[in-house]
Amino acid sequence: MALVAEAPLAAAVTAGGAPIVRITALRKAYGSNEVLKGIDLEVQRGEVIAIIGKSGSGKSTLLRCINGLEVFQEGSLTVDGKPLLHESAMAMRELRQHVGMIFQSFNLFPHLSVGKNVMLAPTLVKKRSSLEAASQARKLLTRVGLEQKFDAMPDQLSGGQQQRVAIARALAMEPAVLLCDEITSALDPELVGEVLRVVESLADEGMTLLMVTHEMSFARKVSDRVIFMHQGRVHEMGPPAELFGNPQTPELKQFLSSLHD
Amino acid sequence: MVEFSLWDILRNLLLALRWTVVLSLIAFVGGGVVGGLLLFLRLSGGRVAERLIGLYVQLFQGTPLLMQLFLAYFGIALFGIEVSAWTAASVALTLYTSAFLTEIWRGCVAAIPKGQWEASGSLALSFGEQMRHVILPQATRIAIAPTVGFLVQVIKGTALASVIGFVELTKAGSMISNATFKPFVVFSCVALLYFALCFPVSLYAKNLERKIHGARR
Repeated sequence: MALVAEAPLAAAVTAGGAPIVRITALRKAYGSNEVLKGIDLEVQRGEVIAIIGKSGSGKSTLLRCINGLEVFQEGSLTVDGKPLLHESAMAMRELRQHVGMIFQSFNLFPHLSVGKNVMLAPTLVKKRSSLEAASQARKLLTRVGLEQKFDAMPDQLSGGQQQRVAIARALAMEPAVLLCDEITSALDPELVGEVLRVVESLADEGMTLLMVTHEMSFARKVSDRVIFMHQGRVHEMGPPAELFGNPQTPELKQFLSSLHD
Repeated sequence: MVEFSLWDILRNLLLALRWTVVLSLIAFVGGGVVGGLLLFLRLSGGRVAERLIGLYVQLFQGTPLLMQLFLAYFGIALFGIEVSAWTAASVALTLYTSAFLTEIWRGCVAAIPKGQWEASGSLALSFGEQMRHVILPQATRIAIAPTVGFLVQVIKGTALASVIGFVELTKAGSMISNATFKPFVVFSCVALLYFALCFPVSLYAKNLERKIHGARR
């Protein structure tokens, strides 16, 4: 993994695996406002990528393109070798089974208990029996430290607990890639740690992670590669030590120094 | 000359009240079914369906129910189809109710945060599954109070069916008033009966609203 930054392609070849996510010349505009201006990115299996940048730099949009929440106009995107096709509901359904997503605002289903939140997609999409799904949900809730909350309703939980349920819910679909869109930004500061610990354990277990984050120390500690986005482009990319320790472009330098104010 | 007691008047009005209730139920059930179908088409059918149904809603909301009843009664007859007052009133009230209900319900679905669609979509749920398991259960909670509230409008709206000769409470009232020459007594009774029908319903709606707001804090 340490090799990735210097030579991502070579690493892929030596690892013998095709990239799990491949983005080529991706462009996306809202009307005349172009937010992604040609993104090329390859993500290897098991890689942990942190995407940083100012708000409006297109980092969330890029993440949301990967599971089809945003429609892009040009370029191509494949997950596990399968291209993303917006027009085909079948293909989207297939793709989304491989790509999990966790949101800034948790988005738990408020009318369902914690356990049901986790069980819903596996029973509907993967046609698991509710017994099977329930035992899987219990396992996942244990993993995020919430085994005793199975029957609780989401509004009885703290923000940090809700976000951990959201992680368990995403994991229930056994995704190959997990997208995290500023998942600690809506949390009280004292609750950030519990969520990040769960994400870190996922990273340690080899989950492929793409996360948009403002937690720089976390990005530095956990990620294999950091991507700095600026004005809809990948402006700088490399291993965290290099990117944070020795930023090359004035934009990144400015961004990093603005964080320390 | 025959004397009519208050009981005679009330008894005959009560008999006619049945038809007001039946007509309200037809309008509400029929309107609910059609309104539900329109809602589904509107949400899943793309821009053309959305436009057409929007026009439908505007048409029924923008013209008096009285005109709709006239058109249903005399308009369908123009095509050589014999329509009874029953059929015409049922059709007109069903369409009228469906237009309002589909609009009320659309608002309730739109009130569900976008994040619920995104989260359920990201979990690979299909549109139908999203609707059935995530969106509608939440939208229904919001919809109950305004829907029941609208039922009151429908009950009062059935009074207009009297103009096409449908003998419900209002029509019976004017017939009895013509026979007894006691319009004030008769129409007071008619008003009281409408109130007796509508008041519990709106009370129920208010109750539901309080309950749901209580649950959401």
